[in-house]
Amino acid sequence: MLAVENLEVVYNDVVLVLRGISLEVGQGQIVALLGANGAGKTTTLRAITGLLDVHEGDVTKGEIIFDGSDITDAEPSKIVRQGISQVMEGRRVFAELTIDENLRAGAHVNGNRSAYNSSHDRVMSLFPRLEERRGATAGYLSGGEQQMLAIGRALMQDPKLLILDEPSLGLAPLLVQEVRDIIVEINEQGTAVLLIEQNANMALTIAHHGYIMETGKMVMDGDPARLLKDDDVKEFYLGLHASGEKKSFRDVKHYKRRKRWLS
Amino acid sequence: MNPDILILAQETAHPSRFAEMVVEGLSLGTIYALLAVGFVIIFKATQVINFAHGALATMGAFLVASAATIIDVPGRWMPSAPDWLVWALSVLIAVIAMAGIGMLLERVFLRPMVGEELFAVAIVTLGLDIFLRNYTNDWIGPQPRPLGDPFGAEVVDLGWVSIAQTEIAQIVVALVAVGAIALFFQSRMGIAMRATAFDQEAARAQGISVGRVFSISWAIGAVLAAIAGIFISLFPRRAAGVDNTTAFFAFKAFPAIIIGGLDSVVGAIVGGLLVGFSEAAAGTYLTGVSFLGTGFAGIVPYLLMLLVLIVRPYGIFGTEEIRRV
Repeated sequence: MLAVENLEVVYNDVVLVLRGISLEVGQGQIVALLGANGAGKTTTLRAITGLLDVHEGDVTKGEIIFDGSDITDAEPSKIVRQGISQVMEGRRVFAELTIDENLRAGAHVNGNRSAYNSSHDRVMSLFPRLEERRGATAGYLSGGEQQMLAIGRALMQDPKLLILDEPSLGLAPLLVQEVRDIIVEINEQGTAVLLIEQNANMALTIAHHGYIMETGKMVMDGDPARLLKDDDVKEFYLGLHASGEKKSFRDVKHYKRRKRWLS
Repeated sequence: MNPDILILAQETAHPSRFAEMVVEGLSLGTIYALLAVGFVIIFKATQVINFAHGALATMGAFLVASAATIIDVPGRWMPSAPDWLVWALSVLIAVIAMAGIGMLLERVFLRPMVGEELFAVAIVTLGLDIFLRNYTNDWIGPQPRPLGDPFGAEVVDLGWVSIAQTEIAQIVVALVAVGAIALFFQSRMGIAMRATAFDQEAARAQGISVGRVFSISWAIGAVLAAIAGIFISLFPRRAAGVDNTTAFFAFKAFPAIIIGGLDSVVGAIVGGLLVGFSEAAAGTYLTGVSFLGTGFAGIVPYLLMLLVLIVRPYGIFGTEEIRRV
């Protein structure tokens, strides 16, 4: 469905951020993309959704294919119309608009009345809380509610593929659970999901496939259950010893200095 | 006590003077508000400080003069139609043309500047202002161009105060314009515009075409400027018609905008009315005060602006930080 092939992205003509990454999301899948800060996860998202230009980024190599058509360097509005929607990092709800208006802004490309209604119904049944507070100004919602709204806003575009950038960021553990369950539910309704996360546990327990990025390269990919058992993943993302017990942060840092991925 | 001063004081205190002041304030205030709202819509949606707003107002008025009197369109094709209808159609043509001109200016001169610094873009509009103003003034020529309106200098007597027909028309038009904008903000495109104003990147991520939002905001700004320009060139203001000072009249929209806050539509309306009323009040009550000199009313808006800037540098309704990335 989505295939990123050998993608290379440069910021400001000099900073090489992605050095030839490839990834694939199949029909109906949840794919997790993990990596530390600065690994290039968000850049990957921007490249897929056409938002590199705002950040002075350019695709210098490789291509992005979605449903058989090349969407490399396409306009964001065209990409959204083709069926890729995103939930940006940090939620980015339109804080001055009400919940309803946020959803209508999300449905901008969805001109058809009946398509709008069915997306709206879907969002409201996923997030009953948004229905209750529909007239409220988005800026006054709690972090969890804003995350729900950001996801709902993207779903208003009735996407075939939903990309979420760190949806668990800054949420309490209970809310992370809730977001996780909702992602699963969205996926079960037939939408493919690309989940960009630092919370490896949350992402890998629901994904069908996982990728791990570091400094602009894919360093590992495979079955999430296997990744969860991998010693390096345990060390870096779960803070566990190879044997499984908890580990202090000092040891993790030490380990990280000692060992780099694939080197 | 000097009996002259007593008479002056009695006259000044008379309720009819107050009523006149209210009418004058409302009339001036709605013109400033129309200009200010257009300016703010452009600024909010595109982050462009449009110094060419006065030039747009002049162009709008001149296009009406052109259509209605100079080339007589559509009057030449409909000789038996009533005057008011022909004039209304001329205005409609001019306003539609201004919407097109606004979009064209945005597309040609401002779209390439997207992402550049606020300051650099403001200088582009300053250049546009000089270019458009000189071009229009050249067309207008040395004599004012009458707009050929059916109102003339007719007034309606309300007892204490008489109000010009043009002023009634102006207040009605301003109300309709504000209502239309409020409705527009609830429409699909209006919501897209507000979303873009709040967070451009997030708006693009929703598939909103930011370029189209820019285009439409310039069309709205130019249309509102044109409407203001038309009323500036009618009876109680400049009955002779549009001339090369029309753009300067529009300058007083700047204190209105700064008082209200650069990025608030409500602020623009309030600021416009405040400026109009303060100017009218100063004209009514301070004209006889000799140490203030003549024409003091003209600088009152700027004094008010300075006062507001001291207390609230971002305007009454403005956002504290208007810098965006």
